[in-house]
Amino acid sequence: MGMTVVEKILARAAGLKSTKAGDVVEPKVDLAMSHENAALVINQFAEIFAGMGTAPKIWDPSRIAIIFDHRVPAESPKTATNQKKIREFVAANGISKFHDIRGDTGGICHQILPEYGYVRPGYVVVGTDSHTTSHGALGAFSFGIGATEMASVWSLGFAVNIEVPETIKVIVNGEFAPNVGAKDLILHLIGTLTAQGANYKVLEFHGETIRRLSTSGRIAICNMSVEAGATSGIVPGDDETVRYLRDEAGVTDPITCVTPDADARYVRTVEIDASRLGPQVACPHMVDNVKPITAVLGTKVQQIVIGSCTNGRLDDLAIAAGILRGKKVAAGTRMLVFPASGRIYAKAMELGYVQDFMKAGAVVMNSGCGPCLGVHEGALGDNEVALSTTNRNFKGRMGNPKGEVYLCSPAVAAASAITGVITDPNAN
Amino acid sequence: MAKVIITLGNDISTDDIYPGRFMATVLPTETPQFAFFDRTEFNAFLKARQFPAGSVIVGGENFGCGSSREQACSTLKGYDVTVVAKSIARIFLQNSINLGLTVVICPEIDAKEGDDLEITDDKVINRTSGKTYAQVQMPASRKGIMDAGGLIPYTRKLLKARA
Repeated sequence: MGMTVVEKILARAAGLKSTKAGDVVEPKVDLAMSHENAALVINQFAEIFAGMGTAPKIWDPSRIAIIFDHRVPAESPKTATNQKKIREFVAANGISKFHDIRGDTGGICHQILPEYGYVRPGYVVVGTDSHTTSHGALGAFSFGIGATEMASVWSLGFAVNIEVPETIKVIVNGEFAPNVGAKDLILHLIGTLTAQGANYKVLEFHGETIRRLSTSGRIAICNMSVEAGATSGIVPGDDETVRYLRDEAGVTDPITCVTPDADARYVRTVEIDASRLGPQVACPHMVDNVKPITAVLGTKVQQIVIGSCTNGRLDDLAIAAGILRGKKVAAGTRMLVFPASGRIYAKAMELGYVQDFMKAGAVVMNSGCGPCLGVHEGALGDNEVALSTTNRNFKGRMGNPKGEVYLCSPAVAAASAITGVITDPNAN
Repeated sequence: MAKVIITLGNDISTDDIYPGRFMATVLPTETPQFAFFDRTEFNAFLKARQFPAGSVIVGGENFGCGSSREQACSTLKGYDVTVVAKSIARIFLQNSINLGLTVVICPEIDAKEGDDLEITDDKVINRTSGKTYAQVQMPASRKGIMDAGGLIPYTRKLLKARA
C-alpha cells in the first residue's frame, strides 16, 4: 500500500522500509528548535544526566536551533536572566543556530527557520512551540513538543514512541477573489474541521491553489493547522519549495522533495473551492468560531495588530501597506505592526512599507511574538476589542481576559484600521 | 474514591490553565500558584489546598488545546490532581505522560462537583450517580513512559541501554 508524505518521512527517519498510520516509531530528529523556553529544556536536560552520574552531552549541537522571540527585548529581570542563562548554555555547547535579540539576524522562530534554510523537505523537525507546524510549509514533518520531550531529544537524537499519525487530505482549487488569500483559507478550514477536528492527525495540502501559493502563504496555512488540533500541516515539497530555499534562504546543497504515493491512504478528504471564499474572521474566544466577514461588519475595534509568525511576512506587509498608503488610522483605534524578522523589517523599510505604516499612524514594533502572546506589549484594556492577523484568540491571549480578539487577514486588518470598525477590504 | 473538585467545559486551552504572561516561570515548584489564574475562584480554591491528593478535575472535549507550554501540566501536577476529560489535545496529553500528571480519557464522562468517582484500570464509576463510563486506553507506546515514571527516567533508561 502507498504512503502519505509523513509516513514516508517517518519511515526514512526511523530507518524502516515503510510505515503506516498507527505504527510506533523512533524517528531521528533533523532539527530541534526552542525559544526562551529553552530555559526549561536546559533544566530538564540537566535533570536527566544528574540522575545518571555522567556529564550532560547533547547528541548533535548543529541540529539544535534556539531563537529568542517570545519576550524581546526582555520585559522583566526574570526573563532577562533566563535569556542570559540560555546564552551561556549556547556558548558552552557550541550551538551555532542561535538567534539573539538583534535587528539584523533576529526574529520569530517560525520565520527564522525557513529564512535561514534550517528546514528542508523530508526533515523531521520538533519544536517546543505548538506553531512548529509552520515548517510543514517546506515539506517537512514538523510538530510541537513539550520541554521535557525536547530535553529527551537533546540527549538521544530521536523522538521516543511517536505514533505515525493518520492524514487528512485537503485539496484546494480555484482562484482567490481580490483581498482573499491563505489566511482566509485556513480560517475557513478550521471553522469547517473545528478546533479538534484534526486532533492527532496531519493535514496534507494539495490542489492548484496550494501549488500557486507562495511559501509565505503556505507557512500561514501550516502554522494554523494546529488550531484544528493537527499534529502538523504539510505541503509536499515542489518547485516553489526549491525556489524559496535557493533564492530566498540561500541553500546550495541538494534538495530532495518527498511526495505521497498515488495510492496513499487518507482517513478523510476535504475539498475547498477557493474562488467561493470571501474574507473570514475568527470571533472570540475560539479559533474555530469562524464567520464570513459579513457577520461582523461594523464591530468597533480599539486595537489592530498586523504581524506574527502567521502574517508578518513581506507579502503580508505589502498588502497592508498598499491599503494604508496615504490614509490614516482612525481616531480611537491604535495599530501595531510587528514584522516576522529583522530581514523582513529591513526589506519593508527599503520598499517604503514601514514609512507607509508610520505616516498612517501605526506603531512599527521590533520583530517578536509581541502582542500575540500579550506578555509585555500590546495588552488590551478591559472590554477592548482587537482585530489581529495572529493565530489565537483564546480568552486572555492578548494579555487581558476581559478583552476580545478577532482574527483575520492582513487586508481585513488594514482596511479596518482606517475605519475603526471591522471592514471588508473589497467594500469600495 | 476521589472527589470531583472542579468541572470545566470543552476546549479548555493552555492559556486558560496557565496564562501566557506567567511563562517566564518554569520551575514545577513555582508554577502551581498560577493555575487557572484568570478564573480567580478556581485559583484560590487550588491554592487553599483543602482537598486530598488524587482529587479530580473533569474536563470536556479537547482539554489542554493550544500552546505546548509544559507549565500547564506542571501547574496541575503540583496539586496532585487527576484530570478526567472527554478528549485531550495531543501535546497536553504527551506532556502529562512525560511529567507524570495522571490523565484519564473518558469520552462519555458525566460528573458534577462533589461527585465521588472510582477510577479503575479501564472504567470511571460515578458512585454518586451510579453510572459507569469506559476509558480510552493509553496506547502501549505511552505505557512504557508511564511505567518508567515519566520521560526523564525513561530517557535515562534508553541512555543506559546504549552506553
